[in-house]
Amino acid sequence: MTMLVPRRPQVPDWPAYLARHAERARDPRLARFFAAGTPAPDTPISETPMVALDMETTGLDARHHAIVSIGVVPFTLGRIALSERRYWIVRPQRTLHAESVTFHHITHTDIERAPEFGDILDDLLETLAGRLVVVHYRHIERLFLDDSVKARLGEGLMFPVIDTMAVEARFHRQSWLARFKRWVGRPPASIRLYDSRVRYGLPLYQGHHALTDALATAELLQAQIANHYQPEMPIGQLWT
Amino acid sequence: MDVELLEIRQHMGRFPPFETLSDALLDEVVDRVEVAYFKAGEEILALDQELHELCYIRSGAVEVFRRGGELHNRLGEGDIFGQLSLLRHHRTRYPARAMEDTLLYFIPEEVFQRLCEADDEFADFVELQRPRLESAVEQQKKNNDMIITRVRKLLTRYPVMVEASTTVQEAARQIGDFQASAVLVLDEPGDNPRYTFRDSEDRAWQVRGILTDSDFRTRVVAEGRPPDTPVGDVVVNKMIAVQSDESVHEAMLCMLRNNIHHLPVMHRRRPVGIVHLSDIIRYETQSSLYLVSNIFHQPNMEGLARLAPDVSGAFVRMVEEGADSRMVGSALSTIGRSFTRRLLELAEETLGPPPVPYCFMALGSMARNEQSIVTDQDNALVLSDDFDPEQHDDYFREMARIVSDGLDACGYPYCKGDIMATNGQWRQPLATWKRYFSEWIEDPNPERLLHSSIFFDLDSVHGENVMVEQLQDLVAEKAAQSPLFLAAMARNALNRTPPLGFFRTFVMEKDGKHNNSINLKRRGTAPLVDLIRIHALACGSRSQNSFERLDDIDRTALLAPGVSDRLRYSLELMSMSRIRHQVIDLEHEQPPDNNIEPENVSSQERHNLKEAFQALSHAQKFLKFRYPMPSSRSR
Repeated sequence: MTMLVPRRPQVPDWPAYLARHAERARDPRLARFFAAGTPAPDTPISETPMVALDMETTGLDARHHAIVSIGVVPFTLGRIALSERRYWIVRPQRTLHAESVTFHHITHTDIERAPEFGDILDDLLETLAGRLVVVHYRHIERLFLDDSVKARLGEGLMFPVIDTMAVEARFHRQSWLARFKRWVGRPPASIRLYDSRVRYGLPLYQGHHALTDALATAELLQAQIANHYQPEMPIGQLWT
Repeated sequence: MDVELLEIRQHMGRFPPFETLSDALLDEVVDRVEVAYFKAGEEILALDQELHELCYIRSGAVEVFRRGGELHNRLGEGDIFGQLSLLRHHRTRYPARAMEDTLLYFIPEEVFQRLCEADDEFADFVELQRPRLESAVEQQKKNNDMIITRVRKLLTRYPVMVEASTTVQEAARQIGDFQASAVLVLDEPGDNPRYTFRDSEDRAWQVRGILTDSDFRTRVVAEGRPPDTPVGDVVVNKMIAVQSDESVHEAMLCMLRNNIHHLPVMHRRRPVGIVHLSDIIRYETQSSLYLVSNIFHQPNMEGLARLAPDVSGAFVRMVEEGADSRMVGSALSTIGRSFTRRLLELAEETLGPPPVPYCFMALGSMARNEQSIVTDQDNALVLSDDFDPEQHDDYFREMARIVSDGLDACGYPYCKGDIMATNGQWRQPLATWKRYFSEWIEDPNPERLLHSSIFFDLDSVHGENVMVEQLQDLVAEKAAQSPLFLAAMARNALNRTPPLGFFRTFVMEKDGKHNNSINLKRRGTAPLVDLIRIHALACGSRSQNSFERLDDIDRTALLAPGVSDRLRYSLELMSMSRIRHQVIDLEHEQPPDNNIEPENVSSQERHNLKEAFQALSHAQKFLKFRYPMPSSRSR
């Protein structure tokens, strides 16, 4: 439907990738997750079970920083079901910096009482299994998960995601109009989660809570599809 | 509740019918909410589509249509829709479309049903069939049943509070900045859980005591303490306070017992204000009874004029005490009549005894006992048939002038339409009045209809009451027999129509236009009073008050069962809304008017008003059919 011809990064053949890893994985939990697979790339977005994922971390570098909290909200294009939401605070093995603690509104006491990442992995994988994960800025969520899993199990966790920031970039960074505006010296539109939401008339939420942000991301995807695509859009054209 | 859904909870908790839910019920709702986004122009509910959820607008705007496609309503943030379909057949009766990009929360049917069962207010709100108007009026009555006024009524603002480590200089500055006369001193929680509360950031505090103006004099300045002394060193660790639901009387006794002039008022363990002795004294002196007896003690017009500000004081107080519109209307009418009577007595003292008997008559709202704080004078003189203009009119012209000027000085401005006894046309012997009224009824024209709508609310204020009673009888007997007159009045009553309702901070008109404010008298109470008058005239009622007229109408089969109740509730709601906004104006030291600005209207009130408008609109439509123009043959 769109007139834009987005230049897409190389996207792996996700169903094949997951199937391969389902056989290869040593950890039974990971094997189960991979075996649940993903909907076929030609599945319309309107028929795809999805799950919005957001996490708060102590920093931006997966090698040095740790996950503090994870929020997930299963949803479809038509509905976001809050009753199925999950939220975990996890105790990082790396120390917590004072500044990021205030940033996350999570106190040291919360953290001390919290389970470790390994203890919630089961629940997390179960919520994600079989659903297409939706994040805003995949380089945080996917890399941190991969890294945390690797650190514990010695093998990684990769899966397809729809990145709402990348979708936003297609229209506000990579479109001809956006390039033209940049060429004439206009500052590029912000594609951060909360700035993007404003463009679709979505309400302001208090940021930096993993569950609120996951909800915010799910709503943003609904808005993006409603405004730029048809419900029949195949997910293979959206995932990376 | 998980902290993570606070975002949703806080939003829903601000809007009816969720705002009154218990925390536990609200949590249940939020826990089960489903969310969906709709692009501007997208259909949300199609006609006859199956529906098993209540829809709540989190952001954006939605248009709701009638079956035939005509606009039914426009809804904004915090509004709900779909409740009617949920209560009935689970089929969408009113299709809906997103007007703007819209985010909706859907509440599953079973949660909705549970709320209806567990919370009566919620059920009342969503069930149109059990008129919400009725329950809203009941609610007002309940407040009104309080025999004693609670001390919280005297509170005008939150107390100024400082931490114990604050310096006396800073505390004194804050008292000055807030134009207060005392501060409460807060400290870490300690020995007294009775005064320990949590602030909005969930931090616990204990109120240690109060520092008043005079404490700053006696305990700081007089003792030569430096400005950087912490208030904690100065304040006496002793709290004397009352709960906000104690009576004013109890608060006064507490002050007297302890010999204090400032009294902190608590809601449970949280301070909500400070009452000063002068608040109580002012409160005690503003009663309307006191005002009426004061009016009759004034020796001259200047004295009367000085009482004008007390009228608004008594008015504000009555409303704050929870009086309903009938009580307010009749009290203000009584006060207005008292001014008029006292002025007539003073006129007679100046001019000597009247040469022929007269009756001074009130018209319009004063005659109906529905006077408001925003009113002008509508009056006339009925003179004995012995009246001889050559001989007597000088006396009555002068009498009318004294009364009219006096009323103007007392806050009842001259009538713009010149409906006053100073106008020779309205200073006539009884026989002439009878002729006027008969002509108006038998041969109506636009001017006569206008007069009828003013003069057919009439009552005597002073003098020979019998004359005015004769006129009331004449109207009651003649009008009921005159289909042509009733039809013409009915047609006239449709000139002013109510709006459709509200949309965000606007008044929404039937053609979809928006206005910033609405004249609630012109668009609400006045057309309803007109409508009630016509039915009352049709059934030969001699009552003047609209509520009493409705009682008379009820004794006939003029209206379908339940209709008069709906009109009664609508009139009460619109009147009270107007009255409350006048109180708000007065409290902001603005001249009160009949306008309300939707932004100052709580959403509960908006919903109630909207239903009152609808009731009026339906009743107006019925009026046309009930009093058709007689065909020329039957005339």
